[in-house]
Order: sequence, then structure tokens, then C-alpha cells
Amino acid sequence: MQLLEFQAKELFREYGISLLDSISSTNIEDGRKHAKELGYPFVIKIQVPVGGRGKAGGIQKCQNDDEFDIKYPQVMDLEIKGEKARAILLEKMADIKKELYLSIFLNRSKRCYTIIASAEGGVEIESVKNQIIKEIGLGDVSDEIANEVAKEMGLEGITAQGVADTLKKLSKLTIEKEAELVEINPLAIMQDDTVMALDGKFVTDDNANFRHDELQKYQEKTEIEEQAEKSGFSLVELDGDIAVVGNGAGLVMSTLDMLSDNGGKPACFLDVGGGATTESVYEALTLISKLDRVKGILVNLYGGIVKTTVVAEAFLKAYENNLIDIPVFSRLKGTESEKAKEMLQGSRTNIFDSVEEAINAAVMGVKK
Amino acid sequence: MTDIFGLLKGKPEDSDYEKKGVIVQGITGSYGSIHAKQMIAYGTNVVAGVTPNKGGQKFEETIPIYNTMQEAVDATNAKISIIFVPAKFFLSAAKDALNSGIKLLVAIPEHVPIRDTMEALDLAKQKGAVIIGPNTPGIMIPELIKIGIMPPMPFKAGKIAVLSKSGTLLYEISDALTNAGFGQSITIGIGGDPVNGTRLIDAFEMVKDIPDLEGLVIVGEIGGDSEEMLAQKIIDLGFNKPSVAYIAGRAAPKEKRMGHAGAIVMGTYGSAESKVSMFNKANIPVAKRPAEVPVLLAGKMEK
Repeated sequence: MQLLEFQAKELFREYGISLLDSISSTNIEDGRKHAKELGYPFVIKIQVPVGGRGKAGGIQKCQNDDEFDIKYPQVMDLEIKGEKARAILLEKMADIKKELYLSIFLNRSKRCYTIIASAEGGVEIESVKNQIIKEIGLGDVSDEIANEVAKEMGLEGITAQGVADTLKKLSKLTIEKEAELVEINPLAIMQDDTVMALDGKFVTDDNANFRHDELQKYQEKTEIEEQAEKSGFSLVELDGDIAVVGNGAGLVMSTLDMLSDNGGKPACFLDVGGGATTESVYEALTLISKLDRVKGILVNLYGGIVKTTVVAEAFLKAYENNLIDIPVFSRLKGTESEKAKEMLQGSRTNIFDSVEEAINAAVMGVKK
Repeated sequence: MTDIFGLLKGKPEDSDYEKKGVIVQGITGSYGSIHAKQMIAYGTNVVAGVTPNKGGQKFEETIPIYNTMQEAVDATNAKISIIFVPAKFFLSAAKDALNSGIKLLVAIPEHVPIRDTMEALDLAKQKGAVIIGPNTPGIMIPELIKIGIMPPMPFKAGKIAVLSKSGTLLYEISDALTNAGFGQSITIGIGGDPVNGTRLIDAFEMVKDIPDLEGLVIVGEIGGDSEEMLAQKIIDLGFNKPSVAYIAGRAAPKEKRMGHAGAIVMGTYGSAESKVSMFNKANIPVAKRPAEVPVLLAGKMEK
């Protein structure tokens, strides 16, 4: 999961990384109280799990109560890359000399953790110049490596010490919380030459969740996503009107691509996992029935050893129980597909031999 | 470099040529037992199973079950194992296998923590062993040996190598290839995790020198940059066997995990555009649909 800035900073604070004073809130009343505690001037920062907040107007300076009353709701109402504000962070303003970049990330192709550091931070990582890159195996950073990185960044004295120290703390965080990415951008050099984390990004390995109860409070899931997870499904909600269901992440992504190529708009990505049974398909239909915007369901199952009649049963049961009243466009690959077609004759489920045909019918079908 | 055919088939002078023994870790679990039976039905020589505390029992009345990998390896001398244990037990099962002399480890479980995969990989490196997966459908030489969970129907013996991050797309695309008359010399499931025991580039190294190889099919998806690395390798080597790629996830939103732990675009890292453009640079056409793969492959062969 990807943590919000204020959540990442909670962890930073716990690990002794220097931060400016800040307080998060989810409504303006609490915000006003925090404004008093913090004292002007400060910045109002929208908390969303995507980058590009500054450009979108999600970070605003605030000098007094009047400005606060105007800007807090403005920032709260922003939508950045489709993401609404989860909270607002008020943070003291900093008088800084320079912005640095520091991160430890899981280098997938090299299969090790890697440090990226630069003396020219404050911009998106793609534009960070003069990157210092060091591979560090399973994530451990020795004093020697930490000092070397600071030196290569051209830093000296207490600033170099501060960066080396911050890097070691990031390493500890990466290892102990099983992070895929821990990033401080910018890491600021203050007027007194110490360093402070002005922003924070933190992505953890979801597969290690079972070892990290302490991180579960950061888990953000819609009710439907939670139910999907309980059933062992993967579900990603999208904003179109055709629900896409299949078995296997690759196959469902592929179906999503083809649907989009043909002018269809996916309402969700739902992977029921490797196999497909009457129960799993019925459960998938149950989840989809809770999404209001769905006008049709596109099902693409590569059964292999699965009998398609088993899947057909799930559709029949779903109509019988009035679970769904919208059409299903389905391509079922597997054994007994002729029998499955017979079973579904006259129902609102259409079976097609190829996924292309099912997609065309679905796109036409929801237009009606 | 890994001699994958040496591991899977052996040499004609070997007494167990084309009958290499495979140990199934987690053979008494529901998933493990179903697929052990399916592998046996396919002709894979399953020689032993391992389930702690069930040593001494027999699977399907014939295959001995041991408590530990060391006992199973001592008794059978097998060099291949396949793991079906739940993700949280993967690391200890993998260590048990690698420390007992297993040289090819096929890791089926999904949801293995990345750190555990990396630790298992470190050990595999020390021991000179190969891990396929985790989160893989497995590896097979069609009509000879299947070490995995793939259904048998889509596959047919032939001369095309198929490397895939996705399971069901591997079946789907192999099916399309088979129907078009392109059998497969080997299929390797890379797995959908962020860290793969065998990356696309490693799998390519395993298959690129197959003497009668007639073509290569690469089934990738969004996330990471292993497709880009492979395309670069193909350019650097001047590999010129007919090759076709397919990339799933063009329509996926950014910063969302699409079912596979590894299928996520972060900024521009892992995007479909980046992969497609690298394959184009390598003169490898990228199919828009799975069904288009054999069509493009046939086109490449005519040239």
C-alpha cells in the first residue's frame, strides 16, 4: 500500500528523522484548532496518494485566519488525478538553503534495494539530475556507504552527517517495515545546515502485511474492495459502465485493453484467481451487483480444466436470485461449452466463442 | 548459464533421461495434491512428496512422502522440486529444498513477501540453483514434462519458446499458437511478482540457443522494466529468430496494482508505452490482442 505524506511522516518521526512541526485534519473545525497551535505562517497540503500536488494547487501558503478560511476548503475540495483529499496537513514553513533528494527503492530488475541520492532535489524523480545510485542488497546501509553517499553529493560538515544519518534511518525503515519505496523529496538543508524531510513517500509490500499489524491502520479500502479481498479476488474500481471479470490478472488486464480499444469503458477489474467455480463466479457477480454504474458484465474465463457448465450455473443462479438484472456477455473457454450454451439459452447471458465477439456485443449492448 | 534442458531432460546417456525426478513440497495439501496428480497424468516423474509430520505415508498409494527435503533428496536423488505451500511458509520450504541439493525450484505460491523471495534467491545463487517464480504457473516441455499447474490442452510439442509473466495468458496464447500450427519447445512462467527468481532476461538466456528454435513469444505486462531489459538484450545480441511480444495492461490506470503484485505503473516506470517502444526498437512486433500473436509470428517467419 502507498501511505499518505502525513502517515509516512508518522513513521519518519518514529525512526528519528527530522521533520517540521505539522498536524493533519479532516475537517476545517479541527483545522482551525491546529492552526492556532501551530501558528502562522504555515502551508496547507492536500493528502492524496498521487504525486503532482503542487502543480495542481494542492499546496498553499497561509498567513492568517482569513486566508485559512478560504484556502482550507479550496484545497479540501480539489481532486488530483481522480483522487479526492483524504486529509489536510498543516505544516510550518521552512527557511531553506537547498533541496536534496534521497530514496531507497526496490530495484526490480536488479533484484536488490537501491539508494538514489542527489544534491538537486525538489523535482519529480524523472527530472532529478546527477543521481548517485548505489545497490545495497537486502537494504542494509553501513556507516561507510552512508558517508560515501553524502560525500558524493558534495556535502560537508553537519549537513553530510545529517544526510548519512537520515539514510541509515531510511534503511532501517525499509528493512523493518518491508518497504518497496521510501522517499524524501525534498530533503532540505536548513539555514543552520541541518537537514529535514519536507515530504515523504512510502510504499509497502502488501504481501508482507501479515507480518505488519502496526501498518494496518493505514490500509485504505472501499467496502467492495474489502469483500473482494476476503473472497481472494483482486478488484480495482474504474469509472466506466462495463464490469470486467476473468481469471488471472494477465487475462483480465488483456480483456480491459481490448474493451478499451473497442470503445468500451470498464467499470472495474475483477480477477477471481486461477480457477473458476460456481461459487467464485457467483461471488464475483454479487460484488458487481453493488456497483451502481454497471450496465453490463463482460466475463472472460480461460477455464482449462474448468467445466464451463459450472460457470453457467453461477449465471443462472444469479438471475434466479435476482442478484443481477443486467446482461452478461461471456466468453468461456473450457470443456462442455456446447452444453453451457444450451443451459443459458433464453437467459440474459450471452455466450460467445471468442473474446472479441463478447466485447463487441458488450459495447453494443450497454449503448441500448 | 543455466542449462535448463539439462535439468528438465538430462542427457541421452543418463539412466533417467527424459524421466527426471520431481519432488512435490506440500503434496498432501488440497492444491498440491490436485496438481501432483495432474503432473503425474501428464507424464512427469513425481518421485516423492514432502509434508512435515506425514513422513512414511504414501501419496496415491505409490509415491513416498517424507518429513524433510533432505530425506526426500537422499532417497530419490532428485534435483527438481515444486512448492505448493502457503506463501508465508514459502521461504522455509525453499531453504529446505536449496539446502538439500535441489537445483531447479518451481515456486507456485502467490503473495510471497518480496523480502522472502530475495532471501531465497540469495541462497539459490550460493548453491548454484535456479528458482522459477514465485507466483508462476510453472515450466514445461510440452508432451514431455510439466512442472506446474497449467492445463495440458493448450500446449503441443514444437519449436517456439514462450516466456510469460501471466498464467492464463500463457495458456491463452499457447492455445492460439497451437491452433495455428506452432507447437512449443518450452514454456516458462516468469510469474507476476515484482521480484522474479528467473526474470524474462534469464529465461531468454535459457532458450536463445536451442538448436532448432524457430521463434520466440514474450508475454509481458505492465510493471517493472524486465521487458525493456530483454528488448535491449535482444538488440545487443543481434538475436534474429522470429519474435513477437504481447503486453497486457495498456488500459490500466497508473499507481494501481492490477491483480499481480508486480503489475503496477509508478510514474512512467513500468508503463506499457515504454515496453512497446523498446520492443519496436528491437524490431519485435507487439500484438494488440492475444489472438494476434500467431498471425504476427507467421508474418515474421515469411520475411
